[in-house]
Amino acid sequence: MKVQLTRLAHARSGDKGDTANVGLIALEDKFYPILVREVTAERVKQHFKGICLGEVERFELPNLGALNFLLHESLGGGGTLSLMTDAQGKTFSTALLRMEIEITDQESSEFNL
Amino acid sequence: MKQKIRIAAGQGFWGDLPDAPVRQVEGGPIDYLMLDYLAEVTMSIMQKQKARDPGAGYAKDFVPLMRRILPACIERGIKVTANAGGVNVRGCADAVIGVARELGLGGKVRIGIVTGDDIMSRIDDLLSRGVQLRNMDTGEPLSTVRDKIQSANAYLGAWPIVEALNQGAQIVITGRATDTGLTLAPMIHEFGWSNDDWNRLAAGTIAGHIIECGAQVSGGNCQYEWRSIPNLADVGFPIVEAAPDGTFVVTKHERTGGWIIIPSVKEQLVYEMGDPREYITPDCVADFTTINLEYEGRDRVRVFGIEGRPATEFLKVSISYSAGFKAVGTLVYAWPDAYDKAQAADRILRRRLDRLGLKFDQVLTEFVGVNATHGPLAGPPHTDIPEVQLRVGVRGQDRGAIERFTKEIAPLILTGPPAVTGFAGGRPKVEEIVAYWPALIPKEEITPVVEVLNT
Repeated sequence: MKVQLTRLAHARSGDKGDTANVGLIALEDKFYPILVREVTAERVKQHFKGICLGEVERFELPNLGALNFLLHESLGGGGTLSLMTDAQGKTFSTALLRMEIEITDQESSEFNL
Repeated sequence: MKQKIRIAAGQGFWGDLPDAPVRQVEGGPIDYLMLDYLAEVTMSIMQKQKARDPGAGYAKDFVPLMRRILPACIERGIKVTANAGGVNVRGCADAVIGVARELGLGGKVRIGIVTGDDIMSRIDDLLSRGVQLRNMDTGEPLSTVRDKIQSANAYLGAWPIVEALNQGAQIVITGRATDTGLTLAPMIHEFGWSNDDWNRLAAGTIAGHIIECGAQVSGGNCQYEWRSIPNLADVGFPIVEAAPDGTFVVTKHERTGGWIIIPSVKEQLVYEMGDPREYITPDCVADFTTINLEYEGRDRVRVFGIEGRPATEFLKVSISYSAGFKAVGTLVYAWPDAYDKAQAADRILRRRLDRLGLKFDQVLTEFVGVNATHGPLAGPPHTDIPEVQLRVGVRGQDRGAIERFTKEIAPLILTGPPAVTGFAGGRPKVEEIVAYWPALIPKEEITPVVEVLNT
């Protein structure tokens, strides 16, 4: 079944030039393996279609139950060059939390999701 | 040697809550106050101010702040590390010395200054010797924007600040120093860490990262259970309680609002992160995958287990250059058909801009209330949406074209779709774009200079 990421994670995002970073943090440690399995770089690239024009890189932080994504070419040139309301990518965090991911029936009942 | 020092963050950026540093000094015991003033483009603003007035070019707010807190800092032995010096560190120090004397505190405090970060006058020499200062993001050589450069500064790390503290400075003012260095330096100074103690240097660096954005770790901008965060009106700024072994506790003063919880610390840890194994500073390479967090009481999160690796042979350089002009115009359209009206107005505006033959590098239309933050991910708006703000931005090299654009917004009220308002602010302002050029420079090219001045 599908659940929205906002039920499994919280997030914070920021910028480095024209790259947005989104740190995705499991709300509970037991959700982290689901995030690792479902929220791949490819899925994130697909999710941000039309927004992220470059590559998506993913890094794992099992110690924090977190994944870090770098979304290249996403901020209209970045910094002062960008004309975007969100030139610093501050709201990419909740934009990622809109994603629907697939969980098993067992995970659904075990984690009450 | 002290077994514990408390380092308090007083500003998350230049323009943060003005009273926050005062509350850090007055709200409970601290040993150090750390103040980060320099965002990436701040240096170019200061460079311009200095060009107009040779006495300017630093974070002006720092001086009245020192007037408020210097007596308490001297009385209680609180030291201050601040990158408030911008492109005129000495001017900033002179102003603080003046304040100390006016307060009758002359001779009671010594001011350390760190310079040597400014390489503006050395650019041509560096380029001629083959130091290309290529853009770290795009790979382009600096020569492509050479004649547009407005400022150029290397990021200095903790060690020059340590040197100033070792020489007896109580207030250390730097130019372009890393925000993490402002927090790490007191730990090195107090605990005598060596310059190859990579794990501890990484720990102090990560402590700096955790508090460098001020209240963003203590409840501000915190997504986790945001409705439950207590008393943000009175939010407490963060404090690091550091121990000689490199472990530390993130906390805040008692009887302040906000919270320090593991989720809020995690959110700040991942903020503006790249490769978590490679957090590179002038002082070390910190590995964020080695961080352990645990509760040590209410509003106390203990951080331990951090590992680091040797620093690289390079320093980051932040160069600012003039990159054209921009302007943003907005109008608000009301129900009914608010989104349709805003879209129609955008089409009319673009048609007129086309007919004028104006050349822009980019024209961006956003509809606030519909797609300005999440773009297409937000889906179609409710058909009955009460209002939509049309927001059109243009950017280009020709200032005249941008000026002309700003005159096309207000006329839409009388010459476009109905039920429109929101133009009280007058014509949009044309802004010069000062863009940021990150580069690397070999460490041996930069010699930090440390002086300690009497008041």
